[in-house]
Amino acid sequence: MHPAPSLILFTVLSGTGFGLLVWLGLGLRAPTGLAAFILFGLGYGLSGAGLLAAAFHLGHPERALKAFTQWRSSWLSREAVLATATLGVMAPHAASSVFAHAPLPVFGWLGAALALATILATAMIYTQIKAVPRWAHWSTPLVFILAALAGGAVIAAQATLGAWLMLGLGLAMAVHWYSGDRQFAASGSTLGSATGLGGLGTVRLLEPPHSGQNYLLREMVHVIGRKHANKLRAISLGAGALLPALLLLLPMGYAAVTLALIAHLGGMLAQRWLFFAEAEHVVGLYYGQR
Amino acid sequence: MTCLPKTTERKLGLVIDLDTCVGCHACVISCKGWNTEHYGAPLSDMDAYGGAPEGTFLNRVHTFEVARPEAPPMVVHFPKSCLHCDDAPCVTVCPTGASYKRTEDGIVLVNETDCIGCGLCAWACPYGAREMDGAEKVMKKCTLCVDRIYNDTLSPEDREPACVRTCPSGARHFGDLSDPDSDVSRLVAARGGFDLMPEQGTAPVNKYLPPRGRDTLATPDLASLCEPAPAAAGGFLGWLDRTLEKL
Amino acid sequence: MFSQPSPELCPKVGDEIRKTTCYMCACRCGIDVHLKDGKVAYIEGNRDHPVNRGVLCAKGSAGIMQHLSPARLRAPLKRVGPRGSGEFEEISWDEALQTATDWLRPLREAAPEKLAFFTGRDQSQSFTGWWAQSFGTPNWAAHGGFCSVNMAAAGIYTMGGSFWEFGQPDWDRTKLFLLFGVAEDHDSNPIKMGLGKLKARGARVIGVNPIRSGYNAIADDWVGITPGTDGLFILALVHELLRAGKIDLRYLIRYTNAPYLVNAHDGPEKGLFLRGTDGKPLVRDRRTGQAVAWDSPDISPDLGNGVEIGGVTHLPVFRHLADRYLADDYAPENVAERCGLPAPRIRAIAAEIARVAFDEEITIDQPWTDFRGVTHEQMVGRPVAMHAMRGVSAHSNGFQTCRALHLLQILIGSIETPGGFRFKPPYPKPPEAHPRPHAGFTPGQPLDGPHLGYPLGPEHLLIDDAGRPKRIDKAFSWDAPMSAHGLMHMVISNAHAGDPYEIDTLFLYMANMAWNSSMNTSQVMEMLTDQNDDGSYRIPRIIYSDAYSSEMVAFADLILPDTTYLERHDCISLLDRPICEAEALADSIRWPVVAPDRDVRPFQSVLLDLGARLGLPGMVHEDGTAKFRDYADYITHHERRPGIGPLAGFRGAEGAGKGRGAPNPDQIDRYIENGGFWIDHIPSEAQFFKPWNAAYQDWAVARGLYDSPQPYLFNLYSEPMRKFQLAAEGHGHRQPPDHLRARLTQTMDPLPLWYPTFTDAETDPADYPLHALTQRPMAHYHSWGSQNAWLRQIHGHTPLYVAADIWAAHDFSEGDWAVLTSPHGRITLPVVRMDALNPRTVWTWNAIAKRRGAWALDPTAPEATRSSLLNHLIHELLPPKGDGLRWANSDPITGQAAWYDLRVRIEKAPAGQSVSYPAHPPQKAAVPRPPKNLAQHVKG
Ligand SMILES: Nc1nc2c(c(=O)[nH]1)N[C@H]1C(S)=C(S)[C@@H](COP(=O)(O)OP(=O)(O)OC[C@H]3O[C@@H](n4cnc5c(=O)[nH]c(N)nc54)[C@H](O)[C@@H]3O)O[C@H]1N2
Ligand SMILES: Nc1nc2c(c(=O)[nH]1)N[C@H]1C(S)=C(S)[C@@H](COP(=O)(O)OP(=O)(O)OC[C@H]3O[C@@H](n4cnc5c(=O)[nH]c(N)nc54)[C@H](O)[C@@H]3O)O[C@H]1N2
Ligand code: SF4
Ligand code: SF4
Ligand code: SF4
Ligand code: SF4
Ligand code: SF4
Ligand SMILES: [Mo]
Repeated sequence: MHPAPSLILFTVLSGTGFGLLVWLGLGLRAPTGLAAFILFGLGYGLSGAGLLAAAFHLGHPERALKAFTQWRSSWLSREAVLATATLGVMAPHAASSVFAHAPLPVFGWLGAALALATILATAMIYTQIKAVPRWAHWSTPLVFILAALAGGAVIAAQATLGAWLMLGLGLAMAVHWYSGDRQFAASGSTLGSATGLGGLGTVRLLEPPHSGQNYLLREMVHVIGRKHANKLRAISLGAGALLPALLLLLPMGYAAVTLALIAHLGGMLAQRWLFFAEAEHVVGLYYGQR
Repeated sequence: MTCLPKTTERKLGLVIDLDTCVGCHACVISCKGWNTEHYGAPLSDMDAYGGAPEGTFLNRVHTFEVARPEAPPMVVHFPKSCLHCDDAPCVTVCPTGASYKRTEDGIVLVNETDCIGCGLCAWACPYGAREMDGAEKVMKKCTLCVDRIYNDTLSPEDREPACVRTCPSGARHFGDLSDPDSDVSRLVAARGGFDLMPEQGTAPVNKYLPPRGRDTLATPDLASLCEPAPAAAGGFLGWLDRTLEKL
Repeated sequence: MFSQPSPELCPKVGDEIRKTTCYMCACRCGIDVHLKDGKVAYIEGNRDHPVNRGVLCAKGSAGIMQHLSPARLRAPLKRVGPRGSGEFEEISWDEALQTATDWLRPLREAAPEKLAFFTGRDQSQSFTGWWAQSFGTPNWAAHGGFCSVNMAAAGIYTMGGSFWEFGQPDWDRTKLFLLFGVAEDHDSNPIKMGLGKLKARGARVIGVNPIRSGYNAIADDWVGITPGTDGLFILALVHELLRAGKIDLRYLIRYTNAPYLVNAHDGPEKGLFLRGTDGKPLVRDRRTGQAVAWDSPDISPDLGNGVEIGGVTHLPVFRHLADRYLADDYAPENVAERCGLPAPRIRAIAAEIARVAFDEEITIDQPWTDFRGVTHEQMVGRPVAMHAMRGVSAHSNGFQTCRALHLLQILIGSIETPGGFRFKPPYPKPPEAHPRPHAGFTPGQPLDGPHLGYPLGPEHLLIDDAGRPKRIDKAFSWDAPMSAHGLMHMVISNAHAGDPYEIDTLFLYMANMAWNSSMNTSQVMEMLTDQNDDGSYRIPRIIYSDAYSSEMVAFADLILPDTTYLERHDCISLLDRPICEAEALADSIRWPVVAPDRDVRPFQSVLLDLGARLGLPGMVHEDGTAKFRDYADYITHHERRPGIGPLAGFRGAEGAGKGRGAPNPDQIDRYIENGGFWIDHIPSEAQFFKPWNAAYQDWAVARGLYDSPQPYLFNLYSEPMRKFQLAAEGHGHRQPPDHLRARLTQTMDPLPLWYPTFTDAETDPADYPLHALTQRPMAHYHSWGSQNAWLRQIHGHTPLYVAADIWAAHDFSEGDWAVLTSPHGRITLPVVRMDALNPRTVWTWNAIAKRRGAWALDPTAPEATRSSLLNHLIHELLPPKGDGLRWANSDPITGQAAWYDLRVRIEKAPAGQSVSYPAHPPQKAAVPRPPKNLAQHVKG
């Protein structure tokens, strides 16, 4: 799949933002006043920025409101609804924490649950796509959720929790890659099944339908070299999970936490780039790409 | 409208005969012509006369080669447009309701005025049947020529998809696949019509007919076909004389 | 709970439908042009049209984009920069026509042959030829000489018609269909429709082609023959059929010259038919043993034994034929290696032909009477049909290969029988019923007769007493004695060389001669720009009519911009290349369904205007004023013979005349009312056996196709060819030059034979191991398609398709480029692996490659940067053989350009290759820059 910067930013930023909101909502850290302003501000800011980035991905952002209507079937719609609900429900809790120095736990807990659901919904947008076998696996929501919670925990300066979550994330990413590398084969889709000609012999693309480019190829057929992928995996795992975990376990205070956050976010950008770039859509079969 | 209807009254769709398709791209262009002028935004062409032209097409013809263990390789032309799946994943993922499957005939459509151009439905389609228009930024797909098949400004025999009407070799068939007695259903039954990527669980309505056996000519040697063989008595001239005698 | 959107289900397609004829290729399908607000909105096939019955190909459906192409020329152009640069200035029509008149008038008055007027694949050849005849130049022809004259001429000489516009398989009845060397053909849609019918019936299709694509991909059986060897393969089938006695002797006796007696005595009569005092060929009657006239009643012609008269033996044609093809030379085992086919496969195909022809014989209960007066109760058919095109004809052995193919069809008795191959009127028409070629020119006078025709012997050659060719293309000279369509591909090189003489003005119409229709394209561009010492051009003047900014435009001095096909009148005439079906006579028109929005004029009208300004006979009244207002007026009122004009339908004052009748002033309107065409069905008793069917002959006379019944027999043995061969052997007063004797003796064989193509014979396989071919893409017409925004996305470049072993041997991988080298040049192309390919063959698409700057395309267009023409590798002459002479790279009989004789060597291009070679300097576009993006939509 084409690793669109808007989508990479969307998933990383809004994930981290909602992850932070989960912790703030649960009251794991209950800042008030300026600290609350900064932390809730970060939570709202990151998730908002992410959502904005996602809107850039739209052909018609001016019709974005329509995306709230199909929550019964569509994870993307659910994500929009849940994200908005999270931000709305969390608002009294946030405002009260900042201005009244009094968190409102009921709103917080409800908001935290919604934020978690939002992260899940984001992940499900990808997980539900059977046509991208690498994504259609339980490890996808796991990675998304752990990444969001870990990132959020770091910002919330929950070093120990963050460290464990980082280690969990590392493990989840490893599982995601391990299973992901096998998912396409497991999906059973081959050029033979795609054309129905598999029973006759070995099928190969002779001529694509157009000598020119097309939307499908640009959007869904992205070929990345194996060596390249391995390097990025190492960066994602190292910078995105292991290094932050290490930093968080060191008694280094805010500097370490900040460093951990930067490493984690950098690592997650790499992970998400890979998440898209490595994901092969079965339509590539029709173009001889697999 | 992105919940799929439990059932549809009819299942209109195409049956494409891979034994007959010569790969002429006529269906591709007639589709482009019809849908540029009808149903929603025109199908645009970006950099139309430049170094990297990229246009929107709702139907494209791929060409595959099949290597066979004991026989010469085959070439198969493979037209592909939306299969109007019964379990269309492109519909359920749509956040806006722009994508929907019609209850009366099962046609999967995009209501362009509702489409936000998020592209998710194109991702959800395993077959590459949806393309985002480069100029209009809305999702385009085969409409099964919904604006032809019911169009009472057209003569009744013209109420069929543009691609079917134009296909010179008659490789494309249109009809109701829910009716076991329809021509298309009979064709599918007789020729072993199949689904593309059944493992994706989309339950496509469109069916493909497999190419017939190739390079199977197994007529025995001529000598065994003729009695008596000319060479038998008196050589060729003797045979000639005997045969002329009988005329 | 859900309310579904309700899309507009019944949009009106347009305000009005205008029915005319497509012109994205020479197939000429009927189209319905839907207009919205006076603009073209949508084009679809005309369901009532006899050619396409409603279907349309990709090009036809993309007609709207052709019509709106940004490459359309806008006004007459005068060259202001050097030739080839593309620098022009737009001028008025007055100036353009005055210039042309000033150039041409002196030529007509002093030396009409100094005008060479050649036209491409236009559909008004009977008109342009008539114009040239009236002007008085012998130098006119259309493009047939480089296209498929082998096919046309071999068909006419052998059986009075050929494939394609001349005839078609009996698609509804045939049970076995063999397709030789066809990618697309002129009959594009009818072939596809026909194949569809066969497939629907489950009839077997056998494709003989080095490449398994397109039609061959759907063939049930693929015969991946080595290029240039079809003749050998076909004659091996003949060998097998003869050996097994699976031939239709009754048919051969009744309808062919198989029983004709041939003189076996050395001397000037050798090989000629034994004739009676009345000139009628004689046959041996088995009952009496006597030689009697072939058409004597109640005889039993012999096929095996001859007669001896005055010590001279005369053996029947069939005996010669059997002796030749029964020989071991043609045994499958002995041809297999050269054809690249296993012998058992050849035998299986022969057996299948025999089985279907004789065991699956079909009959129609339709009595008919033959020309001998014998009535037959039924029509008996041999349901094996064949069709062939340039894969067999575009070789230097193509004429004889086409003859061999017809021989095969005739031996099994399938021609003009149900299930076999059927002629389309006005064919059948034997060579004798065609004119002879003419080149008698006199200043200020019309030519002494039609330019082209069918020579019946050396006496009909167009050479002077010294043996020099009279035509600039050397057609009908010893170089190409039976060049029935002229040799357009030789015009520029001969004119450049001043051989056989110099010309002044080269006038071209609708032919991209500076690019894809020339051999040796790079050098042709040099010839067109080459200058004398005084700075004048070697070819002094070039006038060209094109509708688009093509490569050729850049090389002309004066451009006469044509309209597009939706903006003009045309007639698809019986005098020319009609649209008949095997069961019907039909012709059609084009008419201006929209008016041009530029300062362009229909070329035919311009030609009439020019003719009137020059005062050409037939184009002016006695007082010198123009006789025809425009081409439409000509179509309506011109008569070729009394009562016979360009259009056959709705003739006479009442419009009831079919074929014959006085001009009808409302004729074109009647065509328009009728959907743009006219059709007249052949009566059922006349549907088959046309050359011998009395009812057909009478019907054809009534329709004006013949002036009297012309029954004839098929020429298994071609006596005219024998006459040329006799001359080569030293007999007769017209003698070929010595260097051509051996070649003529070999190739002018009166019975079909195979010889290796000249290129194959001369090429050391170690130097050039591979054959290189082009194929027509179904979605493009030659160079036209690339200006079409829709079509160019389908085929925008020319990959070289390479078979698996070559791929492996050269260690190619995806994305690599290859260097292809012939004795004449070198090109580079991206490579693609294709397994379903003859292992000794590489190929690419024809005419997709473009010169930078042409066709309103961006210079970075893949057509220019990732594409190349094989034409750069093909020379019009063969490599020097050391005898000081360069032989033409053409068929020695007809002069047909041997495009597919090409041999090459392949190498992997150096790493980093990303642009195709050769890269000619860009031409300046003759039109403004096109829009970047399109969202073509006509608002109603
Ligand atoms: N779409 C489209 N239609 C066209 C045209 C076009 O440009 N585009 N051009 C029109 C014109 S002008 C013409 S002349 C016709 C030509 O119509 P075709 O003759 O069908 O066209 P070609 O592409 O020349 O195809 C020649 C075929 O012969 C095969 N071939 C080459 N050498 C041999 C051989 O030695 N033996 C055998 N058996 N096969 C061989 C090639 O692989 C190829 O498939 O098409 C007309 N129709
Ligand atoms: N390598 C290789 N070369 C080949 C062949 C091959 O098989 N292989 N095939 C050969 C054959 S068979 C042929 S027929 C030739 C074809 O070669 P051409 O006849 O030269 O090919 P086109 O590209 O059709 O060029 C015709 C010109 O007519 C112009 N034109 C189009 N429409 C109109 C119109 O309405 N009015 C006017 N006035 N002009 C118009 C086009 O713009 C173009 O410049 O190519 C030959 N060249
Ligand atoms: S083919 Fe693709 S776009 Fe069409 S219904 Fe099925 S999933 Fe949807
Ligand atoms: S692109 Fe349009 S139709 Fe597709 S999912 Fe998004 S909103 Fe729905
Ligand atoms: S049914 Fe209509 S929209 Fe669909 S592919 Fe055919 S022509 Fe195009
Ligand atoms: S129009 Fe018919 S034959 Fe041509 S590509 Fe389409 S399906 Fe195949
Ligand atoms: S075959 Fe195609 S391009 Fe040729 S006349 Fe017919 S529709 Fe037009
Ligand atoms: Mo041609």
